[in-house]
Amino acid sequence: MSDLLYGEVENDLRASVRDLLTDRSPWTSVLTRVETDKPYDLELWRTLAAEMGLAGLLVPEDLGGAGASAREVAVVLEELGRAVTPTPFLGSAVLATSALLAAGDTETVAELAAGQRIGALAVPLTTAPQAAFPSLVRVEDGKLTGRVGSVVDLEVADVVVVPAIGADGPELHVVQTASAGVTVTPITALDLTRRIAVLELNGAESRKLSGDAAAALRTALTTGAGLLAAEQLGVAQWCLDTTAEYVSTRHQFGRPIGSFQALRHRLADLWASVSSAVAVSRAAADALATGSDVDIAVAVAASFCSELAVRAAEEALQLHGGIGMTWEHPVHLYLGRAKSSELALGTPEKHRDALATLVNLPA
Amino acid sequence: MTDLATLVEQFLAEHPTAGADPVQWLGARFDAGLAWVHFPVGLGGLGASRTAQQAVDEAFLAANAPQPNPAAPVIGYGMAAPTILKFGTDEQKQRFLRPLYTGEEVWCQLFSEPGAGSDLATLATRAVRDGDEWVVDGQKVWTTMGHVARWGILVARTDPSLPKHQGLSYFLCDMTDPGVDVRPLRQITGEAEFNEVFLSGVRVPDANRLGAVGEGWKVATTTLMNERVTIGAHAAEREDGLIGVTAKTWRERPELRTPGLHDRLLRLWVDAEALRLTAERLRQGLAAGQPGPEGSAAKLTFATLNQAITGLDVELHGEEGLSYGDWTMRRPTDADWASRDAGFRYLRMKGNSIEGGTSEILRNIIADRILQLPKEPRGDVDIPWKDLPR
Repeated sequence: MSDLLYGEVENDLRASVRDLLTDRSPWTSVLTRVETDKPYDLELWRTLAAEMGLAGLLVPEDLGGAGASAREVAVVLEELGRAVTPTPFLGSAVLATSALLAAGDTETVAELAAGQRIGALAVPLTTAPQAAFPSLVRVEDGKLTGRVGSVVDLEVADVVVVPAIGADGPELHVVQTASAGVTVTPITALDLTRRIAVLELNGAESRKLSGDAAAALRTALTTGAGLLAAEQLGVAQWCLDTTAEYVSTRHQFGRPIGSFQALRHRLADLWASVSSAVAVSRAAADALATGSDVDIAVAVAASFCSELAVRAAEEALQLHGGIGMTWEHPVHLYLGRAKSSELALGTPEKHRDALATLVNLPA
Repeated sequence: MTDLATLVEQFLAEHPTAGADPVQWLGARFDAGLAWVHFPVGLGGLGASRTAQQAVDEAFLAANAPQPNPAAPVIGYGMAAPTILKFGTDEQKQRFLRPLYTGEEVWCQLFSEPGAGSDLATLATRAVRDGDEWVVDGQKVWTTMGHVARWGILVARTDPSLPKHQGLSYFLCDMTDPGVDVRPLRQITGEAEFNEVFLSGVRVPDANRLGAVGEGWKVATTTLMNERVTIGAHAAEREDGLIGVTAKTWRERPELRTPGLHDRLLRLWVDAEALRLTAERLRQGLAAGQPGPEGSAAKLTFATLNQAITGLDVELHGEEGLSYGDWTMRRPTDADWASRDAGFRYLRMKGNSIEGGTSEILRNIIADRILQLPKEPRGDVDIPWKDLPR
């Protein structure tokens, strides 16, 4: 049975990330930042990625990483979700890094691990792990041409891992975003704190990775979906904690509104679901770390935590009443993150479809 | 200390399981300290950690160890034993724990009353002191195993002039007393799994009081905490429980499948797996000495899930879902729900959100103790029980 608890090292890691984010990424500055021309906090990213070494958690030590596992990455993502911090962690340290590692790259992955450069994975953010290998980009005369929409964290990426169809089928390529024939166009996104962009390639130069491209991409997407569940847990936990605190202080009818049973029971139900989300998210992180039972654990976590995060954010908004509808209150940052991430890396429905096959409950 | 696995091995060598009389064999197991290894030496245990018990149980199960009378563990193991261990005198522990464990003496719980369900502390059964005895009058309800029980754990009011929580005392009631009348309570399944118990002039020796006079609520809380843990926190394999029953039907009978049911089944499968992992995480936390508050949540989720699964199961059966196995009034002593028809399971699981604390009360507990939300205003604080509206 997988280890569903948090270890001492994981608790210490959480505490240091939370301290940093409390100090450097309070929601007030997140809200201000998302309307500027620098929506990502790249200084904070440098601290997280390079100084704390978090960009290289999944990367082995001989490639300059921390040699940790998905368990530690999950803890970092819980905290980043809790703070809805705009950093390229998911795109670079999770998706691009996993794809590069799975494809046997040692060069670019070391740069990403060191926090020197930022990476992205060129698939639409809605791509599920089970999806067919994308045919959005073609290899023609050794150069890449095609268009990929909604690539997460692309607008700050220096390098992008591109799935492409070559003469013999699926290939993975590394493309420098500054090179000729590469255009990045940001999209105005529902999620204010996580950016997506369109990648256009017109005969772009690239470096082809060896290894099984389809398997590597699937590994990256599975890792991403399983770890995104941890971020969704962090979002849900913030919504629950903040709402419990708010209803304890907000008074109407001469009582704190949290003393009304209608509200108490809704929050109790939410707490019960959040405590289940901790267990399923831990199970997915542990499965990714040990390599055992990965597909089922990830599909369960992705399905459960996606829906939970949306519910938590919607409950938070409703139970905050009017203040929750205002731009000045942070709950909409969480709602946008929760609803968008429900679509990311496979909707709950897609993950349940996958389970139907995995656990032999066919349609 | 020799490790537990070795002790179990030695015990099995000295006490073969084949053809053994269950009561005698279980008595020997109790005397060897291998009944509940976390109990003290001399009381069925070895003072080991609580978490060591599972491995011991599994080892005995693998050796086809004799099992007790199936009625014995229901209230006896999960609720009466830990309460007696915590609050009993040495004499009480010596007298009651061994026959409780061997199944010679079945236990039942005399807590709920027609007028005291969720608000258990408002119960009205009276116990009046008469020399070395207490005379008990009142009515209890929802008494599992009442018809086969030798003893009952009983909460009764010993001082009506005090506020409701303070005037209660806890007793061990002899169910063979001539003043005890047990009648079947037929429920919506047609069966009488439970009983009503009428107590008229029942005499309980003061020696059978558990805990101090007036401390009954504190003692009862221990019993009830164990009830929720018993229901909510057992370790399980994937697809254990009712989801496994429905999944099996789904796999074996493709002609019953529809797209709408498929979507609902997969959602419930995910929820069942999430609950299994939640319970497993709770178990791991206890083992690591970090008991989590997830127990209350597990029971709440368990009830909702079971009701959704059994509702789906009736629909899945199509025309067969219209029929019902048997409405005959019976008094079962086991809970073999998997072998029953879908309609029975549907009706029976309606009780999951009522028995052992309603889902509404569990939500109150979570809101109070875990989320620490402001309490609801109450109308029964510091008022003598006798003056409360009823």
